Amino acid sequence: MSAATAQRTQETPVPPAPPTSAVERVLKARSLGIVLALVVLVAVTAAANPLFVSGQSLRDIALSTAILAILAVGQTIVIITRSIDLSVGSVLGLSAYAAGSLLQAAPGTPIVVAIGLAMLVGAACGLVNAVLVRFGGVPALVVTLGTLYIYRGIAFFWAGGQQINADEMPGNYLGFGTATVLGVPVLVLIAAVVLVVAGIVLGRYRAGRDLYAIGSNPDAAVLAGISVGRRLLAAFVVSGALAGLAGALYAARFGTVDAAAGTGYELNVVAAAVVGGVVVTGGSGTVWGAALGALLLTVINSALPVLRIDQFWQQAIVGALILLAISTDRVLTTRLAAQLRRRNSHGR
Amino acid sequence: MAVDVPSSTGTAGAAAPAPARRLGALASWEATIIALTVLVLVIASLTVDGFGDAGNAVFLLLDITPILLIALPMTLIVMTGEIDLSVASILGLTGAVMGSLWVGGMAIETIIPLCLVLGAVLGAVNGFFVTVLGLPSLAVTIGTLALYRGLAYVVLGSNAVADFPFAHTGWVTGTAGGGVVPNLLLPLLVAVVAFGIALHATPAGRGIVATGASDTAARFAGLATLRIKFTLFVLSGVVSALTGVLWALRYSSARADNGAGLELAVVAAVLLGGVSIFGGKGSLPGVVAAVVLLASLQNALRLENVSNEALTVVTGGLLIASVLAPNVLRAVRRRSASARASRAR
Repeated sequence: MSAATAQRTQETPVPPAPPTSAVERVLKARSLGIVLALVVLVAVTAAANPLFVSGQSLRDIALSTAILAILAVGQTIVIITRSIDLSVGSVLGLSAYAAGSLLQAAPGTPIVVAIGLAMLVGAACGLVNAVLVRFGGVPALVVTLGTLYIYRGIAFFWAGGQQINADEMPGNYLGFGTATVLGVPVLVLIAAVVLVVAGIVLGRYRAGRDLYAIGSNPDAAVLAGISVGRRLLAAFVVSGALAGLAGALYAARFGTVDAAAGTGYELNVVAAAVVGGVVVTGGSGTVWGAALGALLLTVINSALPVLRIDQFWQQAIVGALILLAISTDRVLTTRLAAQLRRRNSHGR
Repeated sequence: MAVDVPSSTGTAGAAAPAPARRLGALASWEATIIALTVLVLVIASLTVDGFGDAGNAVFLLLDITPILLIALPMTLIVMTGEIDLSVASILGLTGAVMGSLWVGGMAIETIIPLCLVLGAVLGAVNGFFVTVLGLPSLAVTIGTLALYRGLAYVVLGSNAVADFPFAHTGWVTGTAGGGVVPNLLLPLLVAVVAFGIALHATPAGRGIVATGASDTAARFAGLATLRIKFTLFVLSGVVSALTGVLWALRYSSARADNGAGLELAVVAAVLLGGVSIFGGKGSLPGVVAAVVLLASLQNALRLENVSNEALTVVTGGLLIASVLAPNVLRAVRRRSASARASRAR
């Protein structure tokens, strides 16, 4: 009896500590892997063509990463809660077209208003997703698969085959797409602000920690008194609003917007998050990782033509990376779990 | 609204227009879908010019074929609680390989079996990641969706192979003896019946349902749930490859983007057919009806010159409605059943 008590008191303090460090170790290994891959890739590509690390090329990479990273941040927030948002590509297209038409109709519109409208459209789309998931009892995968079709259909309906060209957009908006502050593009700064705010809220604030709790164990989250419904609603609305913001930036960067803008983006966005260590079954992952994933995918994309590798390989590489990422996660966590079990069974 | 459940309090009974018993019939979502399908077919033949024509019927069948074929193994996979989003990419990759082998001078009789073997291998890769590594099938098949489609582009680039032998392309689009019965009809019916029997009347089928209902319970009952899932992914690969071959022959065109996005239509049809995304629940007749419903609705709307954009909205709307409607009905039924349950929703 006393032995059992002693064993229990000895064991109790051990388990809580290692799991956190285990998760941290996996994430650290993941980030380190991505950074290493990035360094090697950039070095090899720069050796093949020094222009790859020239100002213009780096700027292009930074701009593409900015838009993908904003989407990946929104996706991460949703995936952490054990949901998924496949409609982001369509939301981007719809909100980009909304911002474009506003600017076309009223060229004097302030930039902030155009961006605000795009984010509002995106948030509304996110709200529809959230309501269907929460109150319809429909799984997020099904809802956002459906709204992927619906939002895209609405965009096509609205555009009616029309395309908003760069010469129909006010100059100040296009200027905003290429503007820089101290040499850093404004779009990149916006993405950085989004990333830092989301990273701090997810990591340090109750609202963020609640999302991890919901994703780790929804039932336990309810019992712990977390208002799961409100948090999920917020997650989807934020994801939608960020997709809307990405749409506004897309319009500013490319100048030309049609209803097909952002088609198929959802695949790259999910890939960026998953490659960055966000686990699709929820409860684990950071926006920093997702942003690193977005950077890696973008650099690969820009390095292929420089390395004279057929552009057709790009999609295959994205797929292979997803599989590699989720498999290494699996192997690492299984090995860590085995280690922990061995350590605990020895009573340490 | 009349409150006719004696035991209920005012708040609970207010939303209940009918006794629980009558709504119980709606538990059979499949019956609703089948009725809806018949309704659409009847209304379309009566009101849409040209819908009932023999020529259009052949077109309708050709339109249905890819989604119907892939929906068969997809139903089984979703029944086990998994999903395969890579089907359309397997279709595209086999089509691309078929095209490049044909350009390379291989005989079509050798190419087709090779393509089916390729499909089995691609399906086995999915199965390996899901069952051996224990990864979520959603993440795995999103990965292979990109990988296989990417490989299709690597194989064929932006080229199209169009000169398949007429003996084969003509058979796929033709009718038996030049009559009104399409050549594809009989093989399709055989496939549907075979899958229906396999799911609903064999031990293997019961094993699939049991795996989806509760993987743990099924394993304790002695079922090799992992082997069941692996086999289904291989089966899905083979059927998708077969569809890829038929697709290339039907349009006389093998391109890397053949069937892009088809996985969404297939999943939409399977869920609309009443299969639960969580596994363990569903029936093949419901799925077949849903495929016919979606295809005939699209066909009829197209004949009425409704734009493709509207069609995508209809598909997406039906997908959500299919899952939403039973839940809403169940909620209504639960409210009518007892006062206590009203608190839950």
